[in-house]
Amino acid sequence: MSYFINTLATLGRYLLHSFRPRATIQYPEERPAIPPRWRGRIVLTRDPDGGERCVACYLCAVACPVDCIALQATEDEHGRRYPAFFRINFSRCIFCGYCEEACPTDAIQLTADFEMSEYRRTNLVYEKEHLLIDGPGKHPGYNYYRVAGLAIGGKDKGEAENERPPVDVRDLMP
Amino acid sequence: MSAGAALANVFGILAVLLTWAALLIWVERRLLALWQDRYGPNRVGPFGLLQVVADMIKILTKADWVPPFADRLVFILAPAVIVVTVLFSFAVIPVAPGIGIADLDIGLLFVLAMAALGAYSAMLAGWASNSKYALLGGLRTAAQTVSYEVFMGLSLMGVVMLAGSFDLREIVEAQRGMWFVLPQFIGFLTFLAAGVAESHRLPLDLPEGETELVAGYHTEYSGMKFGLFFVGEYLGIILVSALIATLFFGGWLGPVLPPVLWFLVKTSVFIALFVLLRAALPRPRYDRLMAFAWKAMLPLTLLNLVVTGAVVLARSG
Repeated sequence: MSYFINTLATLGRYLLHSFRPRATIQYPEERPAIPPRWRGRIVLTRDPDGGERCVACYLCAVACPVDCIALQATEDEHGRRYPAFFRINFSRCIFCGYCEEACPTDAIQLTADFEMSEYRRTNLVYEKEHLLIDGPGKHPGYNYYRVAGLAIGGKDKGEAENERPPVDVRDLMP
Repeated sequence: MSAGAALANVFGILAVLLTWAALLIWVERRLLALWQDRYGPNRVGPFGLLQVVADMIKILTKADWVPPFADRLVFILAPAVIVVTVLFSFAVIPVAPGIGIADLDIGLLFVLAMAALGAYSAMLAGWASNSKYALLGGLRTAAQTVSYEVFMGLSLMGVVMLAGSFDLREIVEAQRGMWFVLPQFIGFLTFLAAGVAESHRLPLDLPEGETELVAGYHTEYSGMKFGLFFVGEYLGIILVSALIATLFFGGWLGPVLPPVLWFLVKTSVFIALFVLLRAALPRPRYDRLMAFAWKAMLPLTLLNLVVTGAVVLARSG
């Protein structure tokens, strides 16, 4: 008897679900709310002055658990390192975000874009011109070369932000 | 009935049934979705109605494949059996005055006989597939059908006693004063349980039980042969719903609306109940299914039978 009553109660509860809002998000028309820290399409950012942030240190390629990042380092006439080519194979990428964590200059970043379907698999291999964006991404004010102690063209030792001029070590002798 | 009218009846009912069965795929998916807070198929055509057409194109263009290890002849015949027997049963269902194919004196017995034959479909399919899951599904069908058929017939005997006839039209006419669901409420409940079991519907779909038997007796089937099992299942739902409407809820009887509409509305309500049962109830364990039939339903039916018989006897005496 109690089984019968329980069953009736269950049926009633399910009938009441007719008046509940539906959980489905009708995707192409309705957009799901994507959190800002979503790990989606990978981009290469620029510093506020418009230069490439990437210094081609290979740390992202090393950190990548599926080896989907390939690049080649080179230098310009001022001694600034940059990647000659930078290639991400998104058909391999698992969007783990390790590359972003490894990056010392905040160059490589994951964004909230997830709509990257392609009909041809080869179109999922993104080159540098596809990856590079015009803005600084999540870190607006940061410029690696302006805070690094490295001497490159246009900036000598001691001229970086928050950096004192170099000390003559022989002055320190007793 | 003239020959022309009879033919119109036959083909009209056949066309309506097959369209209805196909449409039920969509109805079931939308209703299930409604009760599970989803939308279901709503993309193809208005309200997703053309999903039925898309499904049919898909299933008809699929490879019609017979596994090499199967018993070829029986394998091909098995899906036809369920559709044929269920369609035969509809021959005696009185839709409305003047609509209906045959008026048999033993209409109810004919329906029960056809339901028993329909069980062969799943049994033969399970046997002919020659694979273990299909065989287990077929065995379960055999055991389940035997168990539930016992009290399926008995649960209707109360109605027969009250109406004094096996003729479905006379049973409907006998409900002019009161629907049989009131004096035969236990009969209604037991017949509902038996009907769910006979049409292999959730929660009593253990012959298919996809969590344990892949797909049960139709594991090896594909293409339109699988489609026939599906059509047979949906026709079975319509049949049981129509029978409940006819035997317990006064068939076409009702005020204002035309009789056909009353019959369709009552049948549709029970089809919705079938979907609701599927949405809400979990599948029982197999031994509990058997215990439920033999230890709960059968005694209840017999009790109902005895009491009804005593009352009918006392009144007539």
